[in-house]
Amino acid sequence: MREELHLILGGEAGQGLDTVAGLLGKAVVRSGRHLLTVQHVMSRVRGGHNNFRMRLASRPVQGPPDTFDLLAAMSRESVDLHRERLAEGAVILVDGGWDMAPEPGLIGVPFAELAARPVFRNVALMGVLGAMLGIEADILRELVADNFRAKGDQIVSSNLDVLAASMRWAADNTPSLPLPGEGDSVTRLAMDGNQALVLGALAAGVRFCGYYPMSPATSIAEGLAQVAVDMGVVVEQAEDEIAAANMALGASFGGARSIVPTSGGGFALMTEAVSLAGVMEMPVVFAVAQRPGPATGLATRTEQADLELVLRAGHGEFHRAILAPADVADCFHLTHKAFDLAEKSQGPVFILSDQYLASAVRSVEPFDLGSLPSVAEPDLSDADPDGYHRYDWSAPVSPRRIPGHGKSLVLADCHEHDEQGHIIEAADIRVRMQDKRLAKMDVLQAEVLPPVFTGEDESDLLLVGWGSSGEVLREVAGILQGRGVKAASLCFTQVWPLAPETFLQRLHAAECVVAVEGNSTAQFARLLRETTGFHIANSVLRYDGRALTAGYVLERLAPILEAL
Amino acid sequence: MIDSKIYGEHVTAWCPGCGNHDVLLALKDALARQDLEPHRFAVVSGIGQAAKIVHYVRGNGFNGLHGRALPPAQALKLVNPELKVVVESGDGCSYGEGGNHLLAAIRRNLDITLIVHNNQIYGLTKGQASPTTMTGHVTKNNPLGVFDQPFNPVAVAVAMRASFVARSFSGFKEHAAATIVAAMQHKGFSLVDMHSPCISFNKVNTFAWYKSRCKEVSHDPANWDEAMKTAMVFGEEIPIGVIYREQRPSKETLLPQCRDGAMYRRPVDMDKVAAHMLSYA
Repeated sequence: MREELHLILGGEAGQGLDTVAGLLGKAVVRSGRHLLTVQHVMSRVRGGHNNFRMRLASRPVQGPPDTFDLLAAMSRESVDLHRERLAEGAVILVDGGWDMAPEPGLIGVPFAELAARPVFRNVALMGVLGAMLGIEADILRELVADNFRAKGDQIVSSNLDVLAASMRWAADNTPSLPLPGEGDSVTRLAMDGNQALVLGALAAGVRFCGYYPMSPATSIAEGLAQVAVDMGVVVEQAEDEIAAANMALGASFGGARSIVPTSGGGFALMTEAVSLAGVMEMPVVFAVAQRPGPATGLATRTEQADLELVLRAGHGEFHRAILAPADVADCFHLTHKAFDLAEKSQGPVFILSDQYLASAVRSVEPFDLGSLPSVAEPDLSDADPDGYHRYDWSAPVSPRRIPGHGKSLVLADCHEHDEQGHIIEAADIRVRMQDKRLAKMDVLQAEVLPPVFTGEDESDLLLVGWGSSGEVLREVAGILQGRGVKAASLCFTQVWPLAPETFLQRLHAAECVVAVEGNSTAQFARLLRETTGFHIANSVLRYDGRALTAGYVLERLAPILEAL
Repeated sequence: MIDSKIYGEHVTAWCPGCGNHDVLLALKDALARQDLEPHRFAVVSGIGQAAKIVHYVRGNGFNGLHGRALPPAQALKLVNPELKVVVESGDGCSYGEGGNHLLAAIRRNLDITLIVHNNQIYGLTKGQASPTTMTGHVTKNNPLGVFDQPFNPVAVAVAMRASFVARSFSGFKEHAAATIVAAMQHKGFSLVDMHSPCISFNKVNTFAWYKSRCKEVSHDPANWDEAMKTAMVFGEEIPIGVIYREQRPSKETLLPQCRDGAMYRRPVDMDKVAAHMLSYA
């Protein structure tokens, strides 16, 4: 039996493919298998060509698939676009109503018969795919019923009829393409990076989200908005990004843990608030989901090119931490940690994700909420309110009190200020206050996440990546090890600050080091060199808007491996 | 009524004779008349001479960036509806740089008060035209006189049915204080366009200029048509007082999650987080 099965569903925006991919993915996870679904969508609401790439496996999967065992084409264009990515013996599902020359593997699905109206075609496709994969009918029925419940019994029952008819047709007319491996009964979640990020924020007690819609960060705000009343969160769609970020600081001043989801273009506008957080020493979490630039770039595609923007955003000198989740579980845990770090360091903390990670759905174990560390709190003592100074400089991190809580008065100021928060221009106070702020680096350094190393200690080839590129590296290193190459990977989930003592030795020990990043200039390799002096001469870079895959990396590693 | 001395005496960076001194006195007077102890309110500001007022009132304060007084102030009110929130800024800050935020704040109708020290000039940067500088006014950066039409904040606010719109003049101290009290007592967004002369850089719109023109309005502020007519008057006569007022629920009272007071006190309900997580199974 296969260990993996790769499907690609292609068609136009507006055909409901995301519904099929979403429900089918959930069905796969409920069947006890592992899943990764990667979205490729165009920046339009209808038309264009979108596709969803699904990797189904009996064990946890890492990056996106390179080739496919089945193509479900809801538009004719889709057949031509993906033909060369099909594995040998692949099945191609097309609309039986199209006039297409017969060929091995090509199956015409009689959508016109199975779905009385075009609106039912996505459920018909789901029935056909579900039957081919051998997914239990009950699982599919339950998902369809849940999905359409809000639209009323009539719609639910019509969809269930279409589902049943399509499954019957597929049983008689399509080859079986069974799900890989045995299913297990462990409960897993089917969730994308942004959904996990939302959960992490909720678990950390987020109370305010200021945002202005921008792909691929919007679903963070939408996810919070859906549970806002239940969870006690204010989600405010601001008039612009500048307002969103400044609102978050106002909310944080009021004691509410605050998050600002955005992408590069929106974040560019927010940088004044980043600087403000720096001087005000205000905790705030920015979730920056990267997409290709410059400017509007490719609105619905992926890239890792905003590291330097986030690292340098804001004028003047102040510290920050940048966490870069590699997978869905990281999105949860690092977001939770970001709130803690923001409060502990009283400043901006960033979660640097990307479109691929934000929207790729995968199977993940439920997070252990009981074992989460506590999140730092402001000072709610109200001791000696008359003697309270917001910027008391006896320690790098001053007690942060909340206006309205007790009689302590809190003054937050954008200017250089004295201990009370009043404007000053005195040279000695300026220096002392700046030194106090910079000393908070120790707080951040104490909590730096070391990169995750896999492989042999003395490797011939060490692959270095960060954020979502990290897990593809792990997969590539594993494949190379299987081929007898002494390969290893070093994956950073925190990209600032860095703790060279946790990894520098690894870089020196490897025969050849290759940086793998989703940008065109190897930004992280440059940051490593700036921080450690270690120069990574080789790189595999991807900046065509698509996510790194193992196949892409392996192909470009070939000449480097030959030279080893 | 508490003693306004509770709000402190500070040395200011304003010019002697600046209208801002009177606005400060009016604010303190208004706070005292409402018995607001310093820990019960927050003053939020942006940048400009007016925005420095945060440093001259003993209370909670947030002195943010240019044009950005309203966004943090509104968020503060959302996460702690128990606090009285007053925003103080100038015509450049609120009507220029932060114009979009003003429009959005009127639409949101949170229960906060915006007092704009309107001197029709940029004071902090020493004399450039502001959005309310009158056409023809010769300034340092407009040697041929300002060509642009001035922004009429009162008319815009009334047109948008802001729930409370008033104009006052810092030189009429009792009027200024009473107007601020009325604005703060109004449940919803309130705008006080407070004319406050810049004695250093605006030689046109002086104390005497305002004093001879400012006249108390006589129309019913609930009458939108009358309010709109009055709002369009500015020049030889400057109507002051409450121009428009209507009662509608302020946004924080409409949001169920804001009804239990300050949000920072609420513990995380991990059972709810768990239930939400398991909805992805």
